[in-house]
Amino acid sequence: MNGVRLDRVSYRYPGAALPALEDVSLTIEPGELVVIAGGSGSGKSTLLRAISGLVPHFHGGTFAGTVTVGGIDTRSNGPGELAALVGTLFQDPETQVVMGTVRAELGFGLRNRGLGAAEVARGVEEAALALGISPLLDRVTSELSGGELQRTALGAALAGRPEVLVLDEPTSQLDPVAGDELIGLLRRANEDADTTILLAEHRLERCLHAADRAIALDRGRVVCDGTPAEFLAWAVSHAPALATPGATLLAGVGCEPVAGVKGARGALRARGLLPEVGDRERGESQTSFDKSHSRAPRRRLRRDRSASPPALELRGVWHELRSGPVLLRGVDLTLDPGERVALLGRNGAGKSTLLRHAAGLMTPTRGTVRAAGRVGLLMQNPGDYLVHERVRDEAPAAALRAVGLDGSAYAERHPRELSGGEKQRLALAVVLGDVDRDSPPAVLCLDEPTRGMDRDHKRSLTTLLEGIDGAVLVATHDTEFAASLAQRVLLLADGALIADGPAGEVLSGGSYFVTETARILGGAGATLTPEQGIAALTGTAGAIGEPPVVRV
Amino acid sequence: MIYRRRASPLHAASAAAASGWCAALAVATLVVSNPLFLVALLLAVLLGGALAGVRHELVRALRWALPVALAITVINALVTRDGLTVIWRFGNLPILGYWYITAEATAYGAVLGLRAVILILSGVLYTTCVDPDELLGLFRRVSYRSALSATLATRLVPLLARDARRLADAQRCRPGRPPSRAALMRAATSNLLDRALDVAAALEVRGYATARRPRRGDGLGLRGWSRHDLGFAASAVAVLGLSIASRIGGFVGFSAYPSLSLATGASTVVASLAVLVCALAPFADRRGIVR
Repeated sequence: MNGVRLDRVSYRYPGAALPALEDVSLTIEPGELVVIAGGSGSGKSTLLRAISGLVPHFHGGTFAGTVTVGGIDTRSNGPGELAALVGTLFQDPETQVVMGTVRAELGFGLRNRGLGAAEVARGVEEAALALGISPLLDRVTSELSGGELQRTALGAALAGRPEVLVLDEPTSQLDPVAGDELIGLLRRANEDADTTILLAEHRLERCLHAADRAIALDRGRVVCDGTPAEFLAWAVSHAPALATPGATLLAGVGCEPVAGVKGARGALRARGLLPEVGDRERGESQTSFDKSHSRAPRRRLRRDRSASPPALELRGVWHELRSGPVLLRGVDLTLDPGERVALLGRNGAGKSTLLRHAAGLMTPTRGTVRAAGRVGLLMQNPGDYLVHERVRDEAPAAALRAVGLDGSAYAERHPRELSGGEKQRLALAVVLGDVDRDSPPAVLCLDEPTRGMDRDHKRSLTTLLEGIDGAVLVATHDTEFAASLAQRVLLLADGALIADGPAGEVLSGGSYFVTETARILGGAGATLTPEQGIAALTGTAGAIGEPPVVRV
Repeated sequence: MIYRRRASPLHAASAAAASGWCAALAVATLVVSNPLFLVALLLAVLLGGALAGVRHELVRALRWALPVALAITVINALVTRDGLTVIWRFGNLPILGYWYITAEATAYGAVLGLRAVILILSGVLYTTCVDPDELLGLFRRVSYRSALSATLATRLVPLLARDARRLADAQRCRPGRPPSRAALMRAATSNLLDRALDVAAALEVRGYATARRPRRGDGLGLRGWSRHDLGFAASAVAVLGLSIASRIGGFVGFSAYPSLSLATGASTVVASLAVLVCALAPFADRRGIVR
């Protein structure tokens, strides 16, 4: 085992004006679990592709420097030769799964290496057992859910026990439960088999606690390389967009940032800002958090029935497939004009189906859907909305202005040349329509709008959505985004609404669909964001945003 | 319409045996043209599909196979001038000349249509009952990349169908005037190319480009010939043998032109029943088939 070494690597994609990687030198020791952080376009994916050999062999372009993986130089060995050493998992599992059944998929790479049937069968069984996907082995890949597909793709990457595993945002399509499970599986693979793991992620709070090391990239350069704690300390001062909510919270109360909920609680307890375990039950001490929280203003939920008619009303909506599962089970939901609502739930819970019903793309098998006007729906893939050759042809000028794409810098550009965040905004402009001439949508529904987005882009999206007149209903797995945007949170499970309440209550009252701040602070008191947590811990409870009035 | 593992003897058989059985039915359809024998083959396909648990898929396929059969019958009747029994005269038409329809051409068209239906349904059986990945394994030593390309193309069909549905839904969400068909086609093609690029990258990192030939003896993997394999292989041989023997022996004669001549004697009935029994016999062994 020789690990991964990059020596003065620079790379520019064909036709690109700027390099994607610039003078990158790194040594990843065997058995390290390394998180690669950075904003969109910082070079994370390119770095991983350089390690798997896709850069430059598959993408072309200009490459300088050397990358060696397990002692093999990637300049003279392409991804095919490296496949035995490097397992690769990309963001979209749908395009990585190439075989008809899970069993064949797990064995595909092994067969390509010319292994015998017995070795292939053993590799498949071991990968399936390690990931807990043995019951899926004979399932058809085209019928797997997103989470199952991602596990299958990970199993295919792990089969044959590669020395190095590179993963590009593997949790971006997973719900918090599946995301945590995946990180746990990676940690286990790392510990059991000494697999070197490089993991590029935007949601660092999900994975940093499991990492040995974190590397930050900015415009293709390494700007930070250290332990997770060192990285977080650097991020808090130099790149707040990369700091986890927990790190921001700790820094805000004068503690050294540490990764993970347990570490953060420990740091707060050491400063006396959180009660020791068991103290709260015994009532032996009252920390500043308790005191401030006890003063935190609370409002009772109320619904003003004399107000304008609801923007959207679903009454007893069922969606039952003729020969399949029930997708929605008697959903009752009312959205008031101007309300900001987040819809949370596991993969396959029925979130997308609910949005499609709201937008009229599906007809309920039972129940009714009424809207006060047009319902706009922005689905998961913004590229599906972009069909023209120029940005200015895609949407009316007023809509482009509303999403900040009205300048001459954008007008003549091809939509496919835009960054992920810009595409999202352009697709939003398409859905908004001519906001000057027509009436804007009464309800705007968005399905996983922050998938693959960095924190800066999420913040921009939140600002943009706050400026929309109609009601906004967002289906998301991103609890931090939900906390920053929504007044009210719905939790959907197996097609039924199981929670509907203020964001402060729903997003702090569990283990998975909660923000990191709420997890650190024990889920108490509607403190969802680091800013609210800092205010509560430092005894400035009055500064905490009041729990919003939520109509139920 | 995709392969899904089901509890049936046909699904329990290896890809070699199952595909051989489907191919035998298709070849028998091309070897014999006697309508009675063809009806027996059609029954074999339909009952075999029902016993394999793919009845719904066959019924769905029939919905468009029957119009195809009807079209073949009508076209043959309209364009073929052979046959002595005129059943309809159109008279002297401009350009086309003297035009008529014969009973023989209509009957032959119907036989062709029946053959088309059996071939289509055999294809459906093959698609829904034969594991494509296992079949790919069989072709590895012969032409691995061609077989993989075929598998990938099959795999991409449902993926692209989903993409197309998503694109259509996105356009339904667009207020105002919908985009032109040309713009949609362009977008769909771009998406297709993106998909192809992603799949190509996935194949590269899985070592497809440097795929090595399997070692000798790995062709059928770890499994030997099960009793289901033996049953379906024997059935395929019997179906083919009966078809060829019946044709050579003249038991299943049929000629349409110049006048209809159809063997309907006891030997034809026996041969037809025999082929039906031979084709369905392996389904009788349901031991070990988990429901």
